[in-house]
Amino acid sequence: MKRTSLPLVIALAVALVSCKQGESGSNDQAGANGKALVNDQAVTEAEVVEHYAKLVSATYTDAFAYAKTMQGAVNAFLAEPTAELMQKARDSWTAARLPYLQTEVFRFYEGPIDDEDGPEGLLNAWPMDEAYIDYVEGNAGSGVVNNAAEFPNIDAALIESLNEKDGEANISCGYHAIEFLLWGQDFSAEGPGDRPFTDYTTADNADRRGDYLRAVTNLVVEKLEGLVAEWVPEKDNYRGEFLKLPTSKALEKIMTGMSMLSGFEMAAERLNVAYDTQAQEDEHSCFSDTTHNDMIYDLVGIHNVWTGSYKDLSGPGLQVLAQGLKPELAGQLGSKIEDSVAAAKAIPVPFDQAILGEDDAPGRKAILHTIETLEEQAKLLVAMAGEMGFGVPISEEEG
Amino acid sequence: MRYARRSTFHALIWLSTASIAWSDDRLSGGDTTVFVTNDKAFARPLANISRLTRRQHTVGNSFFNQNWVASPSSTTSRDGLGHLFNARSCSACHVRDGRAEPPQKGEISLGLVMRISLPGRLETGGPVPDPAYGLQLSERALPGLKPEGHVQVRYEEVGGTYTDGEPFSLRRPIYDIVDLGAGPLSPDTKFSPRVAPAVHGLGLLAAVDDETLRAQADPNDLDGDGISGKVNMVWDYEGKKLVTGRFGWKANQPSLRQQTAGAFVGDLGITSPLFPNENHTTSYAELHKFVSMPDDEQPELTAKILQRVTAYLQTLAPPARRDVSDPAVRQGQRLFAAMKCASCHTPELKTGDFHQLAELRNQTIRPYTDLLLHDMGAGLADGREDFEASGQEWRTPPLWGIGLQERVNGHTTLLHDGRARNLTEAILWHGGEAENSRERFLNSTREERSALLSFLESL
Repeated sequence: MKRTSLPLVIALAVALVSCKQGESGSNDQAGANGKALVNDQAVTEAEVVEHYAKLVSATYTDAFAYAKTMQGAVNAFLAEPTAELMQKARDSWTAARLPYLQTEVFRFYEGPIDDEDGPEGLLNAWPMDEAYIDYVEGNAGSGVVNNAAEFPNIDAALIESLNEKDGEANISCGYHAIEFLLWGQDFSAEGPGDRPFTDYTTADNADRRGDYLRAVTNLVVEKLEGLVAEWVPEKDNYRGEFLKLPTSKALEKIMTGMSMLSGFEMAAERLNVAYDTQAQEDEHSCFSDTTHNDMIYDLVGIHNVWTGSYKDLSGPGLQVLAQGLKPELAGQLGSKIEDSVAAAKAIPVPFDQAILGEDDAPGRKAILHTIETLEEQAKLLVAMAGEMGFGVPISEEEG
Repeated sequence: MRYARRSTFHALIWLSTASIAWSDDRLSGGDTTVFVTNDKAFARPLANISRLTRRQHTVGNSFFNQNWVASPSSTTSRDGLGHLFNARSCSACHVRDGRAEPPQKGEISLGLVMRISLPGRLETGGPVPDPAYGLQLSERALPGLKPEGHVQVRYEEVGGTYTDGEPFSLRRPIYDIVDLGAGPLSPDTKFSPRVAPAVHGLGLLAAVDDETLRAQADPNDLDGDGISGKVNMVWDYEGKKLVTGRFGWKANQPSLRQQTAGAFVGDLGITSPLFPNENHTTSYAELHKFVSMPDDEQPELTAKILQRVTAYLQTLAPPARRDVSDPAVRQGQRLFAAMKCASCHTPELKTGDFHQLAELRNQTIRPYTDLLLHDMGAGLADGREDFEASGQEWRTPPLWGIGLQERVNGHTTLLHDGRARNLTEAILWHGGEAENSRERFLNSTREERSALLSFLESL
C-alpha cells in the first residue's frame, strides 16, 4: 500500500471535523456517515463527483448551443454575404469560444474529448495549416478551396478525412479553421485579419470557400453534439461509466485535467513558448487577435471545477472536499486559482504585442507573472492530489 | 499500515547490505536518471534539471512535437515546411522520443529515410550529392508537388542454426526505389537506409570528452583483440573544420546542434542559420516549377528555436534499469562481458567537466556504447562511405532504454534499417569485428541466450 486511499483520508479528516462539530453540538451524525462537513453542509466525495459530471454536461451543452448560434450566423452570412453579416458571424465565433474554452479543463484524462477517438484534434487543433485550406499571402492558388480538380466536393466528411492521417495530419478544421475563413491572415500589428466579404461573392472560388466554411462549421457542431451526448444524464454513455468509477479514480481524473491544463498546457505550451520565442502570431487565435480569451477562459474553467459553478449552476466543487481535508492547503490553492485568473486578465491585449519587447515591458512582466502563478498552482494541485491519495501529472511526459 | 512499515524496514536492511554493489547499476544517467517504465520512458527531462533549463526544454518540446506548416502562414515561427520533406514534425518519426520502424508493405515510409550519394568525397570529406535528388530521398511534398520518390522494402528470409541445433531465421531487406520525380538514379548511386533512432540521453553522450573517445579508439587494432574502434572525423559547418563525430548511425554529426539543424533541413525542409539552403536541388525545383526561398530571406528556423530544440534533446533523460538483481539478469550481464559484447558496447563512461549545462557534467553514465565506428561485416554493410566511415562501418549504438522500446514504440525492430525483428536477430546480424561475439552467442546454450536477453531487457 504505497498510497493511502482517499476514502480513508476523508474518513480521518471527517473524524477530525466531526469531532469539532460534535463539540459545538452540531451534526456529528454526518461524520459517522462518512461525510465532510463544510459550512454546515455535509458533502460526500460521490456528491462532488456527481456535481462535476453536471458541470461538465452544462458546459458542453452551452458550448454546443453557442456553436449552433454560430452555425446560424455563418449560414445567414453565406446566404447573403455582406460585410455586416460577416461581422455578425465573427462575433458569434468569438462568443462561441468562451464556453468551449471553459471545457478544456475536461481534457487530459482520456475522457470523451481526448480518448483514442476523441474529437479534440478536430475541434481545436493548432497551428493551422492555412495554405492547405485557402489562399495565403504569396500563394493565391493554394488550398483545398482552390483545388477543384483534386477535391470536387467540399463537405464535412472530406474535411474530417483530411485531418485524420495518423500523425501526419494537415490541420485544416476546427474553431481555428472557421476563424481563418472569417478573418483571414493577420498582418497588422494593431488589429486582427481583415478578409473581405467579397471572398464569398466575387472572388475566385467564392462558392467553394463558402462550402468549406459551412462544412467546417457543421463539423464543429456535430463533434460538440457528440460530446454533449457523452455527458448527459444517461447510464449508457461516458458519464454513466464515470460515475461508476471508484470516487478516488474519478477525482484523480478531475484533478488531472486541472493540473495538466495549469502546468503543461497553459504555463508551458501556450504562455512560456510564446513568452520565450517572442514570435508574433505564435498564439492560438492569431487571425482574430482573441488569444487573451484563450488564456483567461481556460483558467476560468479551472475555477469552475474548483468552485462547482458554471453560470446558473452551482453545487459542491472540489474545494469543498479540499477544505475538509487540508484547510490551509485548500486556502492556498483557492487563492492561487483566483490569482491566476486575475493574472491572465491583466495581460495586455492583444497578446501578440504583449510578448514583445524587453523583459521589463509591462506585457512581458504580466505574462511571466501568469506563468509563475500557474507553475505554483500546478504544484499546489499536485500537493492536494497527494493529500487525496493519488498523483497527478503537470507535464505531458508524466501523463 | 503495519504491513507497509514492515516492508519499509525490510527494504532498508536490503539496501544496506547486498544492494550497495549493484544499486549504482540502475543509474543509467547518473544524477540525471529517471525512474519511469511506461510509454513516456524516453520523454522525461533530466531528473536534476534546473528550473530555467526546464523552461527551455518545454519550449523545445513544443517545436519537436508540433507539426510544421507550409509557408507562408500566420504562425511564422512554425512555418517553412518543405517544399520537399520526409515528415511534418520531429516526433512523427521519433514517436514519444523513441525509435521508428521501417515501412510496411504499401506504406509511405515515416521514420526510415534513404540517404543517397555518388562515389567519391567532397572537399569537406562528406558524401557527394546526386545532381537531381541531393543526399536524401524526400518522400513527401507540399500539395501539388511531386515527392522525389518512394522507398519500398521487401525481405528475404535467411535461415541459420545455433550450435545446439535450434534453428533461426533472419530477414534481409531489399529496397526498391519507385515513383522517381526526376528520372532514374545513376547506376553508381550508393544507398543507406536509416531508421530514426530514440533520442533520450543524447546530452550525456555529447558531454563525454573527445579525449575519452580517443582513449578507447584503436583504429589499427594494436592490441590485437580483433576490435578496432575508430573516431569519425566530420565537418563542423560553423567552425568550418573537421571535428570528432558522434551522432547518427555513422557518427557523421559532431554535435546535437548540427544534428538537429541537419534533420530540420534534411527531413522537414526547414532552413536554419546553419543550413540556409533548402534540401532540394535547383534542378528538381526547375523541373517541377517551384521557387525556393530567396537568399535574402530569414532562415525558417530561428537561431533561438534551434537552440531550444537542441536544449530539449540535450535534456531528455535516460531511464533507469530494472530488475538489476534478478539472477538471470546478473548471469546475462556476466555473459555480456564474457562474449565481449562490452568491448564496443562500453558499459560505463564519464562525462566531462565542461558542458555548458551543469546538469550534464561529471556524471557516471551507462550508455553501452563507445561512440566509435566498427566494421560490422558484409551482412550489415550499406556500401556508402560517410566521412571516415567505410561502407561496412557503423557507430556502436547506445543500448540504454532498449528494454523499454516496445513499451514506448510498440515494436521491437532494431539496427540501422530496422531489419532485426527483435534483440536476438540484432545480435545474429553482428559480423566483422563482432564475428567472434556472434559465434560465442551461437555456441551458447539456450539458457545462456535467454539470460543475455534478460540482461538486455533490463537496460
